[in-house]
Amino acid sequence: MPDVSKVLVLGSGPIIIGQAAEFDYAGTQACKALREEGVTSILVNSNPATIMTDEGIADVVYVEPLAVEVLARIIERERPDGLLPTLGGQTGLNLAVELAEAGVLERFGVRLLGTPLETIKRAEDRELFKEMLAGIGEPVPPSATVYSLEEARALLDRLSLPLIIRPGYTLGGTGGGIAHTEEEYERVVTSGLQASPIHQVLVEQCVLGWKEIEYEVMRDAADTCITVCNMENLDPKGVHTGDSVVVAPSQTLSDKEYQMLRTASIKIIRTLGIEGGCNVQFALDPHSFTYYVIEVNPRVSRSSALASKATGYPIARVAAKIAVGRRLEEIPNAVTKTSTAAFEPALDYCVVKIPRWPFDKFPSGDRGIGTQMKATGEVMAIDRSFEAAFQKAVRSLELGGKSIHWEDRSWTVAEPSPGSLRSVWELIDQPNDLRLWAVFAALRRGASVEEIHQRSRIDRWFIRRFRCLVDLEHRLLGEPLTPTLLWEAKRLGFSDEQIGTLSDRLPEQVRQLRQQWGLRPVYKMVDTCAAEFEAATPYFYSTYETENEAEALPGPKAVVIGSGPIRIGQGIEFDYCSVHSAWALQRAGVRAIMVNSNPETVSTDFDTSDRLYFEPLDEESVRDVLENEGIEQAPAIVQFGGQTAINLAEPLTRGGARLIGSSVEAIDLAEDRRRFEDFLNRLGIPQPPGAAVSTVADALTVAASIGYPVLVRPSYVLGGRAMEIVHNRDELARYAKVAAEVSEKHPILIDQYLEGKELEVDAICDGETVVIPGIMEHIERAGVHSGDSMAVYPGVDLRARDVDRIVDYTIQIGRGLQVRGLMNVQYVIYQGAVYVLEVNPRASRTVPFLAKVTGIPIVQLATRVMLGESLASQGYATGLCPNQPLIAVKGPVFSMGKLIGVDTYLGPEMKSTGEVMGIDTTLGAALAKGLLAARTSLPVGGSILLSIADRDKPEARGLIERLAALGYRLYATEGTATMIAEMGLPVQMITKKLNEGHPNVLDVIRERLVDGVVNTVTGRRTPLKDGFAIRRAATERGIPCFTSLDTARAAIQSLEHGLGDYHVRPLLEYLREPRSSAPTTEAVR
Amino acid sequence: MSERAVLVLEDGSAFWGWRFGATVDAAAEVVFNTSMTGYQEICTDASYRGQMVVLTHPLIGNYGVTTGDDESRQPWVSALIVREYYRDHSNWRAEGDLDAFLMSAGVPGIFGVDTRSLTRRLRSKGTMRGILAGEVDEAALDGLVVRARAIPPIGEHDVVGETAVERSYEASAGDPGMPRIVVVDCGIKQNIVRSLQRRRVGVVVVPPRATAGEILALRPGGVVVSNGPGDPAAVPHVARSVRGLVEVGIPLLGICLGHQLLGLAIGATTSRLKFGHHGGNHPVKDLSTGEVHITSQNHEYQVDAPAVPAASGFAVSQVNINDRSVEGLAHASKPIFSVQYHPEGSPGPQDNPYLFDRFLRAASQSGALQT
Repeated sequence: MPDVSKVLVLGSGPIIIGQAAEFDYAGTQACKALREEGVTSILVNSNPATIMTDEGIADVVYVEPLAVEVLARIIERERPDGLLPTLGGQTGLNLAVELAEAGVLERFGVRLLGTPLETIKRAEDRELFKEMLAGIGEPVPPSATVYSLEEARALLDRLSLPLIIRPGYTLGGTGGGIAHTEEEYERVVTSGLQASPIHQVLVEQCVLGWKEIEYEVMRDAADTCITVCNMENLDPKGVHTGDSVVVAPSQTLSDKEYQMLRTASIKIIRTLGIEGGCNVQFALDPHSFTYYVIEVNPRVSRSSALASKATGYPIARVAAKIAVGRRLEEIPNAVTKTSTAAFEPALDYCVVKIPRWPFDKFPSGDRGIGTQMKATGEVMAIDRSFEAAFQKAVRSLELGGKSIHWEDRSWTVAEPSPGSLRSVWELIDQPNDLRLWAVFAALRRGASVEEIHQRSRIDRWFIRRFRCLVDLEHRLLGEPLTPTLLWEAKRLGFSDEQIGTLSDRLPEQVRQLRQQWGLRPVYKMVDTCAAEFEAATPYFYSTYETENEAEALPGPKAVVIGSGPIRIGQGIEFDYCSVHSAWALQRAGVRAIMVNSNPETVSTDFDTSDRLYFEPLDEESVRDVLENEGIEQAPAIVQFGGQTAINLAEPLTRGGARLIGSSVEAIDLAEDRRRFEDFLNRLGIPQPPGAAVSTVADALTVAASIGYPVLVRPSYVLGGRAMEIVHNRDELARYAKVAAEVSEKHPILIDQYLEGKELEVDAICDGETVVIPGIMEHIERAGVHSGDSMAVYPGVDLRARDVDRIVDYTIQIGRGLQVRGLMNVQYVIYQGAVYVLEVNPRASRTVPFLAKVTGIPIVQLATRVMLGESLASQGYATGLCPNQPLIAVKGPVFSMGKLIGVDTYLGPEMKSTGEVMGIDTTLGAALAKGLLAARTSLPVGGSILLSIADRDKPEARGLIERLAALGYRLYATEGTATMIAEMGLPVQMITKKLNEGHPNVLDVIRERLVDGVVNTVTGRRTPLKDGFAIRRAATERGIPCFTSLDTARAAIQSLEHGLGDYHVRPLLEYLREPRSSAPTTEAVR
Repeated sequence: MSERAVLVLEDGSAFWGWRFGATVDAAAEVVFNTSMTGYQEICTDASYRGQMVVLTHPLIGNYGVTTGDDESRQPWVSALIVREYYRDHSNWRAEGDLDAFLMSAGVPGIFGVDTRSLTRRLRSKGTMRGILAGEVDEAALDGLVVRARAIPPIGEHDVVGETAVERSYEASAGDPGMPRIVVVDCGIKQNIVRSLQRRRVGVVVVPPRATAGEILALRPGGVVVSNGPGDPAAVPHVARSVRGLVEVGIPLLGICLGHQLLGLAIGATTSRLKFGHHGGNHPVKDLSTGEVHITSQNHEYQVDAPAVPAASGFAVSQVNINDRSVEGLAHASKPIFSVQYHPEGSPGPQDNPYLFDRFLRAASQSGALQT
């Protein structure tokens, strides 16, 4: 029986690099498991876009900041007897330590479950960790901490080169590196000491090039231990596992090596006393049995989510049950139903995970991959051979048609032979996001497996597999396409498109040949036991083999197309929508079938839907799934999986699939600039003037006629260049030239930039009734991407006239487009007029937020509409729903500390990776909580550095006065300081000229003399460069940096409100609060 | 491209693939093993004498072969059935590839088979006999089915005699003061011998025909009865020796077939499982401690729990969590016990070496020290 009755579960907060959707998956599973055990769960998470914070998952949900002061109030109110922090990532563990050290756990008699406090500390503290492992005879890489070059020199007596040098307490790993020679060593140590704020570097034995192997281990209170699976990183040691291509199970280890590391993992989890799950990472010498323990995560992790999806073993669910006292052998195996959790999964397939990096968004960022994780998401693919799993994973990345065939144009032109492979080799020598493609390019030009191995240290086995693929490419190029050759290609995971390209056919012709020759994929089950036992899991992957285990499901059913890997612009929100759609289908008596490629998510949990196909989200794979289910019987839903799914609407329809929801025609009408303009004109709805152009000359003419500044973007975002605000002719000419190269086939769009108040609505429409759950007003004026803006529900200083107009326009657009399901409309109010900026005929990023704060089940309503139920029959009428008596702020969260070389300023290109919600009854409190949750609050009092662009200076005056009134010391760069002095306020001028004496702006930031930075940019190129150093320095020191005066004002307003002055209560209590205590309608001043 | 080949089962089903290893046909029982590593150990495990093995893990050959991973003097499997076979291998210990290894031992292999489909069939219908043949056309399949049905059951072979040593030998002298252990080879996996050697005891290996008297004459501190192929009922002479040893009360450890022979020796019965246990992930609960361990297994037969006579002083000490089958026997007071699984792993988890330690503690105390 469980030995606790009420457990506080910590979520991991906003999605950031290194902490993504896997913790929503873990937390959701855990809350469900606790419910099964009869334990009451209290959940806290500041991230509204999560399934775990929905009704029906935990017993009580708090969407509140994950901060000790907030958690203490929750504990005081709820009085849980246990705290379960191990499902909330490192955030959860850190909070557990803070709560324990603040005495909160002791004061309220809360027991820490899962992982002992000592273990959390040991795993994080390098020295304690080494000591603990030494105690049980497990080896760690020799290392030492030094504070001077002399100390570092002395180390060479006991440590041998190559060595890794890591500066202490820096974000982003700047200043460190690997030294192969003594000269290099001295140089890197010197720069590392300089980069570290405490002048400390860690020198560690370099195991670069060693194999990196991970084990997922479980242990219960009876000391029963099992390993769920092991994983081998294709990228050898030196690349963060989150940035590595990972294969499960390991492929190049013999049983002796496999068992040696397995035994070590079990020894470690026993020593750590963990009751639950743990991840152990090893470096293994490729030439001996020597290994080192590199890292232990005493909690559920990204790797454990991957292991769960790779094996079917639900680690988080089992961990939660163990934490409340269950033994492994008492927990049923949810997959086989007949066996228990006390066993080790046997895989009869190969799993490949590939990270998804954000460099398509940040082409100027450092594309090098190393010990600092940079990926925002990942994809996984399963098949019966490594080659096929790998190719499906590459397809799943959705890199704008970039299959493994893709090559940079410069390689093709300049480097036809191995002798001239310079830039390709450069990409192979050091890890980076293009390395896989470079390896293929080198193989195609005859480079040997051995040379690629020597230079990349990737195991020969993997490179030989790649060679097999290249060999088959050559055969497809040179031989006639026979049934045998096509079968071989499909067995190796070649897509119809790749085969078409190589054999000079259209993808559709290859598909027809496949049908003609009877070559269809079959679907195999992920059953945890390699078919040893009968299993009932509805979890399948495709392969080209003989027996199909996924017979078409009987009865009414629908296929929800998921959203693929998490990337900037397409995050966890769409997984939230996909999951809710599946649940809505089930409630309506329709079997829900999910297709997705993202292992981190709730949607790919095998018990979320009636059937899960783990497949790439491309035309071929989705059509194959639909055909397997019966194209007539299995309609597809494309509205919830973001742009990934909606982009499939047209090809699926062309391929004979049935869509439910808005028609392809409606989607095209909303997305085609010219058609949409005609459409709005017919309705008499204004839109900023603009046009689509395909030559530089046209661009200049159009811009001249509508007037600068203009907003420019490619008509189809292929990754790479996107939106910019352009202020003059020269900038436009430069943009148009580059953009035209990126997407030759597609024109660029030029619109007048209206710098007004931006608003957005999500609406549900059945063709007649248009329900608008709420209006969100952006804090930042138009020009900042809506995903990077703070949004407030309900709008805070809207005139009734504008609201009426927005409602009217939304209704007209919904009816005019004949939307069936969801749409999102963005508006700008400029000089008193309302303009439509864009319409997305699908679920948007704001749906989870809006659903939470309005209490309206938006996705369910939309899904039922798609099934043919009218909104009227669901009890909803046309119009704006009454406001809830609350104020909620959605705040963006960035991961800029991890992305070296990326400029942090807010602009029309989205940069945030996640979001938080601050909810309360006043705007000030909601802002305070939003900023606290996003960790961008300003402290009460302190110093602030101002560097304001000329055009913003008049507007900045009010803000500066308020800062001074709050008692802030002001530092400012030259021009801004002059203005402040003229205002009669004390200010210290700090030069922004970096080579004209100290202290300069960077010094005051690096020495932490300031607690916040306000730095606005004009968009012109030079100031952009000037401010770049300031913004990066602040980001790397973790100092809040505001690049929009609007955001800065919001931060100041929350200070004026009083930082600690907010409510802490369950989400539903905000919603249920009686209308009498109406919220204050104060505006952001 | 390799030669086409087909595996035909006695139920008439056919599985197509391509040949690797030796270009010969095979006629044997077909069983599946779910281990993800250890193909070489599996091939050289004598317990597979008379059986073709389907490896459910689809990628085989990746790390090559090396002498150090042999579990006996030669591969014993009748054939190896896999989904993907890789001739290029990559591992620092590799001395050659699996293809050449099997070829030189005369063992055929077939790859490209839908091994999952085959495994599902064996799971639902039970272990079946089959024929592996090359270059046949569809019309010849019926003939192969007939041949498959004519394969004599494994119980009718003296598979133990074929795989075990014929003459005793001393595997190691042991450290001074350490006991001598006699190991009855019924088709032993070498890692049992290595596990004993690592503990510095003397090890003498004797053939399965050795009588209790012959064994005791070697003045052992304890006796290990090894694993081996086939039906324990087919080697009553070994069970007789074990009975003699049990009566004397000398410390004894039975492993796999050795465990089944202990069962027969004390008057229990054995029976055949539907498709056996072959893999490295079987959970076993020790009834005395309540601990669950993951074990390596490879057996067709089991000791029947209800048949263990209470009067024998023995009781079921460990059970399989999956199907509650008997995984261990232990005497209430004498240092005699056995396990159905493989504490030596190879392949498989190394979670149960404590059994060797427990056995050797008893052997050290039994007084019959090596001189």
